Amino acid sequence: MYLEGSPIADQRAPVGPIESRWDRRRFSARLVNPANRRNRSVIVVGTGLAGGAAAATLAELGYQVKSFCYQDSPRRAHSIAAQGGINAAKNYRNDGDSVHRLFYDTVKGGDFRSRESNVHRLAQISVEIIDQCVAQGVPFAREYGGLLDTRSFGGAQVSRTFYARGQTGQQLLLGAYQALERQISAGRVEMHPRTEMLDLIVVDDRARGIVVRDLVSGEVSTHFADAVVLATGGYGNVFHLSTNAKGCNTTAIWRAHRRGALFANPCFTQIHPTCIPISGDHQSKLTLMSESLRNDGRVWVPSNPLDTRAPNDIPEAERDYFLERMYPSFGNLVPRDIASRAAKNISDEKRGVYLDFADAIERLGALAVEQRYGNLFEMYQRITGDDPYKTPMRIYPAVHYTMGGLWVDYDLRSTIPGLFVIGEANFSDHGANRLGASALMQGLADGYFVLPGVIGDYLADAPFEAVDDSHPAVADTASEVRGRVKTLLAVNGDRTVESFHRELGRLMWDECGMERNEAGLRKALERIPELRDEFWQRVKVPGTGEQLNQELEKAGRVADFFELAELMCVDALHRAESCGGHFRSESQTPDGEALRDDANYSYVAAWEYTGVGQPPVLHKEELVFEHVTPSTRSYS
Amino acid sequence: MDTIGLYHTTIGKKAVMAVTGVALLLYVVAHMAGNLTIFSGADAINDYGRWLREIGAVWPTRVVLLVCIALHFVAAYQLTARARKAKGRYEHRRRVQGSYAARTMRWGGVILALFVVYHLLDLTVGWLNPNGVPGDIHANVVADFQHWYVVLAYTVAVLALGFHIRHGVWSATQTLGVTTSRVIGLGVAVVVCAGFLSVPFAVFTGLVS
Amino acid sequence: MKLTLRIWRQSSATGRLVDYVLDDLSPDMSFLEALDVLNERLITSGQEPVAFDHDCREGICGMCGLMINGMAHGPEKATTACQLHLRHFRDGDVVTVEPWRAEPFPVVRDLVVDRSAFDRIVAAGGYISVPAGSAPDAHATPVPKPDADTAFEAAACIGCGACVAACPNGSGMLFTAAKATHLGVLPQGQPERYSRARDMVAEHDALGFGGCTNTGECTPACPKGIPLTTIARLNADLLRAHTTRSDR
Repeated sequence: MYLEGSPIADQRAPVGPIESRWDRRRFSARLVNPANRRNRSVIVVGTGLAGGAAAATLAELGYQVKSFCYQDSPRRAHSIAAQGGINAAKNYRNDGDSVHRLFYDTVKGGDFRSRESNVHRLAQISVEIIDQCVAQGVPFAREYGGLLDTRSFGGAQVSRTFYARGQTGQQLLLGAYQALERQISAGRVEMHPRTEMLDLIVVDDRARGIVVRDLVSGEVSTHFADAVVLATGGYGNVFHLSTNAKGCNTTAIWRAHRRGALFANPCFTQIHPTCIPISGDHQSKLTLMSESLRNDGRVWVPSNPLDTRAPNDIPEAERDYFLERMYPSFGNLVPRDIASRAAKNISDEKRGVYLDFADAIERLGALAVEQRYGNLFEMYQRITGDDPYKTPMRIYPAVHYTMGGLWVDYDLRSTIPGLFVIGEANFSDHGANRLGASALMQGLADGYFVLPGVIGDYLADAPFEAVDDSHPAVADTASEVRGRVKTLLAVNGDRTVESFHRELGRLMWDECGMERNEAGLRKALERIPELRDEFWQRVKVPGTGEQLNQELEKAGRVADFFELAELMCVDALHRAESCGGHFRSESQTPDGEALRDDANYSYVAAWEYTGVGQPPVLHKEELVFEHVTPSTRSYS
Repeated sequence: MDTIGLYHTTIGKKAVMAVTGVALLLYVVAHMAGNLTIFSGADAINDYGRWLREIGAVWPTRVVLLVCIALHFVAAYQLTARARKAKGRYEHRRRVQGSYAARTMRWGGVILALFVVYHLLDLTVGWLNPNGVPGDIHANVVADFQHWYVVLAYTVAVLALGFHIRHGVWSATQTLGVTTSRVIGLGVAVVVCAGFLSVPFAVFTGLVS
Repeated sequence: MKLTLRIWRQSSATGRLVDYVLDDLSPDMSFLEALDVLNERLITSGQEPVAFDHDCREGICGMCGLMINGMAHGPEKATTACQLHLRHFRDGDVVTVEPWRAEPFPVVRDLVVDRSAFDRIVAAGGYISVPAGSAPDAHATPVPKPDADTAFEAAACIGCGACVAACPNGSGMLFTAAKATHLGVLPQGQPERYSRARDMVAEHDALGFGGCTNTGECTPACPKGIPLTTIARLNADLLRAHTTRSDR
């Protein structure tokens, strides 16, 4: 199934006191003289929080930046849909928060499968992010005194989540987008919207460019730079139904993986507990209801699972507030993986569980509830037709985020020199489970501060020898891309891309979803290659390659999902322990909680590509815990 | 102050329309108030007219009005031409909002312009007036509104003016940077309409003769 | 339920409306899911699917935008096309679906239009110049809650273009005003407030958008309900930029 290769290690994080590692690394990193930055170019793919912030910041520093996104505007990257908030260890509440506590919570929340150095740096930078965003004009929620308001999120007992109603991601992304547009206007960023990266160009063992397809004209072209930054988000859409935008895909990182970048912890998937349940086979995506709702909403199911009465007709005594019962100290605010699994164990997809605001409305008044969650309630009502002020919401877990991604070191370098990976696209900070409101924090930390702080160390050796289309490596890559487009169009079979995607997604949800076991994963590993072969024989992609062809776009993405899905199952199968979002039913405590196996699995699984259907090679990065002692996560 | 630069923006053109519109509205209100002197008898309105000429208010007012109308018209024309080019043409279109008054500003403006020409030829120059004696305002007015079709023409014009004012007042304040209640525009329009229409109907019903 | 979708199809310079009858729809579907169903059918029968922009499908990315029965994003108030559900239509309805139409939004294909003009308006000045790392502590400048709320209300704009599509003048003023208001009411946005208004309006005009004549069609079409007061604010800032700030 897989081969084991040599271990891998992060060579760039300094050792010694954790509090000063980031400072020391920044000091030891080489710099590029401001006058020389003009001659160093960087490609940034993706314009979400990480990519948008990185492109803007690198341009502010003086580098020549080319930015790419598949959407029609950089403002539409899926970070925009993040609702709840962004964590920062500001301790404005004086409630005992600190950088160390955020660090501790995040390592613990990730079930001790993340790197201490990275997480500590993230917690340190969190405070700068809030400053930066406020200065950009992000309209965070404020109190009557004019100071910033915060709320609590899962996995924390302090109130450290800054928010802008239920649209925090949107507001933060617009901040980054505006900064990016400012640089575009200044001529320091060349923007390519509606352009999709289809491959990575590696010349003499360095990432030197990308092959892209213009989604309007269909033209395939090459772009070159001294470094390439991937900020292309997560791959949750491998499950077909997820809270991701329809266009989210794995192609950029998968193609980079095929060119030699290791893929770390691909099976670590986050399933979000509070999403609107599926209403039918036509369902095209799932809608998240922000975790912030669990601040005031109470989660329950009928004590009798066969109870078919309407929720409001079920008396208090016959309701089971199962999160409060099972986890008294965190109650409804346990981390996502725990809440999701608890919901799954107690109910099913069709019935869902209730998220009830009756108590909150009684305690705070409908107006206060509206101020906090108004837009979320409206959204729920639009989709379901039910009024959450009167009837409890029906919710169910759905795929939301992928902690896995391309392996990077402390400097966010992948295993291909010159290829940097930031935001959700890398694996680095969340371990086996991401805490709520930490994705925005990580994306912006990488984009505004981490990458700009260390990329100079790589670009100090640039500019590298110029390459163009005539270079054999470039020509090969470009012709492979063109060939692939042609092949997809030439199959001309009888099944739609969507039908394949749906089938793959269902298989992944059933066998590699919230709960995994050996038999199921083996079954998936048999079925995926069959389905993939069928895809290449029966897929139907109408139209041509020289036009706006949305089916062709989808086909390319789903083709890559097939390959990724297989790796996810291999990773899930090899990790015979439960940790965070990865729950192996063979590895649980007597009361059904995840049972970690630190003796055997306290490592990052970084996979090397060897060919389609070929066994990948596993490189282990041992995790060292010096500051937070791995323990059984307890939220009860 | 960068007037030219301002005028080159679409908002600047609207500001010109707003300012000239307000000036024209002030004139309209004064004109309406003057008309009401007819209810104090024939001498009152004729004296009022004579007094206006004696203090030398007539020609300066005319010059200002002409300039305002020209600016108002040119800006409106330019904005309309621009809108025609910019707007999309749908196979199927439904208006959601937008009062009747707002939608008829352009045609309403054209109707008003045509009416002003007629009105000048009627009661200022006197060519189209059944009586047509310069200076004898009272007799000219009474002669006019004996005829139902003249009353009708004036009524249509005054209502068009009312609609124009109703949206224009709100639009002008919005353009000049203050969002006011739409009721203000409606109030001004009702007062102006009632004031202007009182005269023809008083004559037609024999209240004034 | 059954719907007849009368959809604008365009692959060259001109296009036309084509009728498609769908008779096995569910009222729980979103409007875009109905288009998905149609496209599946078109593909399997060897025809080209209808191209339409969409991404997040939860009403926040601003990518979708359809003129549904002559109304931007369809008949429901404060709802994007992706969150419009078929339960708001009647069985047997004929529904016309057209792309946004405005001179600065050329049609790319079928229902897809090019809205990059909006990005250019923002690039012209819709930002606060604050390079990463240069910010003071977030609590250094308290912001009165009403100002923060006004800023948020304007910042909720998703840049979908419904305001332009609905405007009888083809004006992009609500979009421009939303950005000017968002940044202009915050203390952080004051230094560039007037130059921002001036530069954004100049770009808006240069891109060929029509002028605003306060007809008020935009706010009801806006899925986020951006109020007309934002336009008054922008007007005030622009007038001030041109009348009292000769240095700007």
